[in-house]
Amino acid sequence: MGPITVLWANIRAEWVKLRSVRSTLWALAITIAITVALSALFASTRVSRWDRMSLAEQVRFEPIGFSLNGIFLSQLAIGVLGVLVMTSEFATGQIRATFAATPSRGTVLLAKIGVFAVVGLVIGEISSFTAFFVGQAILSSKHSASISDPGALRSVLGGGLYLAGIGVFGLGLGVILRRTAGAIAVLVASVMILPQLVELLPSPWNDDISKYLPSPAGQAMFHITSNRPSLSAGVGLLVFLAYAVGACLIGWLLLRTRDA
Amino acid sequence: MIETTELTKRYGDKVAVDHLTMSVPSGQVTGFLGPNGAGKSTTMRMILDLDAPSSGSAKVNGRRYRDIRFPLHEVGSLLEAKSIHPARSARGHLQWLADSNRISRKRVDEVLELVGLSAVAKKRAGGFSLGMGQRLGIAAAMLGDPQTLLLDEPVNGLDPEGIVWVRSFLRSLASEGRTVLVSSHLMSEMALTADYLIVIGAGRLISQGSVNDVVANSSSSHVLVRSPDGTRLANLLTANGAEITNDVDNALRVRKVDITRIGQLAADNAIVLHELSPQAASLEQAFMELTHDLGEYQTDPIASPPSPSTSTDGGAN
Repeated sequence: MGPITVLWANIRAEWVKLRSVRSTLWALAITIAITVALSALFASTRVSRWDRMSLAEQVRFEPIGFSLNGIFLSQLAIGVLGVLVMTSEFATGQIRATFAATPSRGTVLLAKIGVFAVVGLVIGEISSFTAFFVGQAILSSKHSASISDPGALRSVLGGGLYLAGIGVFGLGLGVILRRTAGAIAVLVASVMILPQLVELLPSPWNDDISKYLPSPAGQAMFHITSNRPSLSAGVGLLVFLAYAVGACLIGWLLLRTRDA
Repeated sequence: MIETTELTKRYGDKVAVDHLTMSVPSGQVTGFLGPNGAGKSTTMRMILDLDAPSSGSAKVNGRRYRDIRFPLHEVGSLLEAKSIHPARSARGHLQWLADSNRISRKRVDEVLELVGLSAVAKKRAGGFSLGMGQRLGIAAAMLGDPQTLLLDEPVNGLDPEGIVWVRSFLRSLASEGRTVLVSSHLMSEMALTADYLIVIGAGRLISQGSVNDVVANSSSSHVLVRSPDGTRLANLLTANGAEITNDVDNALRVRKVDITRIGQLAADNAIVLHELSPQAASLEQAFMELTHDLGEYQTDPIASPPSPSTSTDGGAN
């Protein structure tokens, strides 16, 4: 009965926690729905506009990343779920029951992150692959891509990983900030507002800083071509994961010493 | 066995628990008493390693709580504030708790039965009444069939039916020989359930001992004496070191002199007695006395002399 036994028992407990609240299932369903629906919407409008686009625009069009653009919005659903997985424990006082049952707080956090990362990855990949195939099916009359095209599989996998990563990042923020509203505010600010603000800085600072922010770094995994300077897919992955892991690590350090 | 040694918790300048050393005896129900804000909940949270002590330590069965791998098998706890996610069903709540400590799903059904919640097991806990929520909390505490239980204000806010249920539940725990630490600010409640008392005020230990000891040591315990020759008897007793208060009905309330000694003194001096009876303080009186002293103790010595109304405020809120 080593620490692994305790971790495994907590993984089971966290899995029960996650699936026994209906709002979790809603947030996961909404993540898939938004990613796929926006892909279909963008693709249809692009098809109807295609013949009026200039040749240059048609040449620049990149259908793979285009079909994954719904992630810009659906990241909020899974990110907020990540926040709630943690902050709902603090808000309801359940955290005291959790820590009374398992005094090793690191084990609890590890189990929580593990379960949520796996669920997030499954949901993320379902979203990403479905969005890709639906998008390409609609675009097929004009200019579409196949999953066997260079970079296609990597991008689609990267899109799913991005959603899971944003979820874990949200969870980490939830541990650090404990309050739902505060953690959601920081999440939205860092993945959606911060890139816009940095864009206003004088060149080349804006580009230099921007590509290292969480969302541009993560999006480097699924954008094959970009009109802005960005990191390579591999470096983007590492920088992006560093944000998610970093938030969880800071959360763990705070969780160890704070009163529940 | 629960023990604390010099347990202290400070929040900035405020001291919530002040060098508290106490031991909760095994196999009995111990009442943990004190006015609101005395530090009972903070002490319990420190025993459970939920709050870190500023100094000192707490141990359960000789170990720190954090060193127990699957604590629910050893210690069950019910904390004052609800610790239940409102969107989860009663069974869902117990199920994750059970899984976290490798307790079987069968046991979940057993404790639901034990507290009488089987019929509403699938209902959202958020829709539960206070009494049902408390039952669910007790079911959670009993999940690992622990020998030791920590219950923080289990009857607080319950309706009479709920109070009766919790009370009979506590008695059944005692009859099974479990160690129970139950906090309350209601003395009368403890009089019905506890064998042993630990009284704290302003985070400090005021008194600990069996219920009988705490009552006997109270200055409210006295001997009631009635005599047609009251004045002479009073003078005689005072000369022998007694403290006497006179009642309106001419009865003497005598402290500090033994009842047999009073009888002997009266007989030696040929004083007729109409009544000579020991008056044990109620637990309630003993408690009021202890916490009243605390109120005076709490008064800022730099401030103007306390008036009677300020000294009864308790000050620990």
